[in-house]
Amino acid sequence: MKHRTFMWFILPSLAAMVLFIALPIFSVFTQSLFVKHDKVLIETEVCGPFGCKIEVSVDPEATKKIKTEKPLGKFNGFKTYTNRNHLAFDEVSVAWNTSSSVSVFVKSLLNLPFYKALLFTITYTFCVTPFVIIIGLFIALGVNSLPQILKGPTIFMSLLPMIVTPLIGALILFWMTDAEGIIGSTLQRIFNDSSLSLKASKPLTWVMLMVYGVWGSVPFSFIVFYAGLQTVPEDTLEAAMIDGANRWQRIWYVVIPYIMPLVIFITLILLMDNFRVFEPIIGFSAQANATSLSWIIYNDLRGGEIQYFSSASASSMLTIIGVGFLLVPILVRTWRDFNSKTV
Amino acid sequence: MFQFKSMVASAAIIIGSTTIANAGCGLAGGNVSVLANDFPALHAVVSAAEACAGDGVTMSKNHTKEHNSLQVPGLSANPAEYSVIVLANSSLVPLMGEGLVRPLDNLVAKHGASLQKHQLVSIDGKIMAIAFMANAQHLFYRSDILEQAGVAAPTSYEEVLAAAKAIKSAGLMEHPFAFNTAPGWNLGEEFVNMYMGTGADFFKPGTAEVSINNAHGIATLNMMKALTEYSNPDFLTFNSDATQALWEAGDLALATFWGTRAGPILDGEGSTEAVTSTTVVASAPFLGGGPRPSSTLWWDGFSIASNISDEDAEASFVAMMNGISREMVMANNDLAVWLIDGYKPSASSAGVSATAANGAAPYPMVPFMGTLHGAAGAELSEFLQGSESAEQALADIEAAYTAAAKEKGFLN
Repeated sequence: MKHRTFMWFILPSLAAMVLFIALPIFSVFTQSLFVKHDKVLIETEVCGPFGCKIEVSVDPEATKKIKTEKPLGKFNGFKTYTNRNHLAFDEVSVAWNTSSSVSVFVKSLLNLPFYKALLFTITYTFCVTPFVIIIGLFIALGVNSLPQILKGPTIFMSLLPMIVTPLIGALILFWMTDAEGIIGSTLQRIFNDSSLSLKASKPLTWVMLMVYGVWGSVPFSFIVFYAGLQTVPEDTLEAAMIDGANRWQRIWYVVIPYIMPLVIFITLILLMDNFRVFEPIIGFSAQANATSLSWIIYNDLRGGEIQYFSSASASSMLTIIGVGFLLVPILVRTWRDFNSKTV
Repeated sequence: MFQFKSMVASAAIIIGSTTIANAGCGLAGGNVSVLANDFPALHAVVSAAEACAGDGVTMSKNHTKEHNSLQVPGLSANPAEYSVIVLANSSLVPLMGEGLVRPLDNLVAKHGASLQKHQLVSIDGKIMAIAFMANAQHLFYRSDILEQAGVAAPTSYEEVLAAAKAIKSAGLMEHPFAFNTAPGWNLGEEFVNMYMGTGADFFKPGTAEVSINNAHGIATLNMMKALTEYSNPDFLTFNSDATQALWEAGDLALATFWGTRAGPILDGEGSTEAVTSTTVVASAPFLGGGPRPSSTLWWDGFSIASNISDEDAEASFVAMMNGISREMVMANNDLAVWLIDGYKPSASSAGVSATAANGAAPYPMVPFMGTLHGAAGAELSEFLQGSESAEQALADIEAAYTAAAKEKGFLN
């Protein structure tokens, strides 16, 4: 269609995206470049129900004066991005220079909060995404070959994990895997180890979170694949059958190439969603063993009484950049396909 | 018949509105809006304050566990979203530093005759908050289990360890001890309390520079690690609700809980007679011959916002004075350790009183304490899991604190 028609067509969506996505991201980026002004500290006497003491306190008038003059704060440039709570350039270079081996360097790196969160986030993303795609595909193929009467109820049951609110689902699994819950005590009995606790062990917690992640996202890939399977042309399948292909060969050579665009679509969505993993960590109270990029943003804003806006803004920008990195290969491939088709 | 009914109805309405108009608050008007945490003692206070509503005075309230996140944004608005904030020691100093709460000297002079001297919280000579209840973490123990194991009630954490060992060897309980070790605010609080027991300072005097990476810090961390060895292996998911549930289920013999948990544990609900009749509250234990118990004293009180009109401020103050009246305390005696005249100490409050009597210090009211608290809560879980040494953990806490304090402007 003409470019002008296209622009009018997407104008409402574009306006909404600029207002609700682009402007807030720009605001967050601006905020990440500033920190709070240096506080003027004075020593005053603080008296309360338990007696009086000389304590260090903030001078409210002086602080208010600086704040009204420069409300955005003190310009910090990109130093918030490179401080210990984010990319930690200084700490990483010290660790690199003083580490005796690669494993010692990796251990020091993982001691830093951002890299610890990044490792779990990437592991989660690259473990959960393929499993969701493969299991979703198998369920779709299975449901497709069921007799008509069973299809409806089976589809409903398969969609349930996604219908359950993520936090509630996580809490239920958290209670079941407790040492006194049904899954926890069954596992203890199977492995004959009364001190086995899924919550206390780091690798097992990661496995539990990833199992929950797969369980919660499989319905999405199942329903997309199931819809796609309805469009696979019957004659190509029959031709393959006549040529002597068995079931697996038909799936591999006919079905999968046809639904490849759907696989790419689901991979895109899942990579973006899984990179922002957050609810399982809260639901399982697993922050001792697993933190993610979204979790460190939440912790900066809601973890205690003090809110660290600059730190949260910097972490948010780094998360956006991370998602960008993940999506670049797929977008490049889609762009190339698009260009080759128009030729 | 119809006329009689309508007469009775109109009489009731007239009497009712007269009652509301003569609420005993003597206010001409004003808007009162309260932000508070969500637990029974505060419900009692705010409900008593609500009696001032009507006849020109409008009242609204917001009880929420998220009150900490709502305080600064709610008060920064002009006019402020809330006129009264119910807060604790740790929340007052940041609010004061931002200039969000107003001095109460005039209002106390005018309406605060019934207040006791120790209820007035003053900073630099100006009264900034009125305290009405106290709280502290202290020891809870099961007298029957200790008797069966043949140990006396512990007064220091070393004795707690010995008692836990005896209970475990006697086969009475697999994991006899618990405290609130969930990473975040809870774990940070346990660290702060334990470190207080050593008598050392957290910061270099007069500055915001942290100094915990020393022998005191190491002793604190080693004791915390030793205690977790007698806890359920899931201890890194324990917040105060989880530990209270464990106690009420009879799975613990020794624990460090908040004093406000004594009421809910000792009441008739949620537990068995065997547990509640043998639960004893005691002072927080000492640490290795330190000068004071390993605990911090907290007060809960209220402050009035700066960004509101003077009429609203006065109405709010009078309403809250009504909320913390003698009558309210006598009706709700056991809900908290009230600092108000008319409070009669009960069995539930003996732990907090004993901790205070033993010389526990209040939670430090410095503006950067919250930053250190958060840093400790975030960095200690690896040490407790055994993946790093105490020195490394303390260095991590100091580094995390320094980075956060720089962002907040406390350090350059």
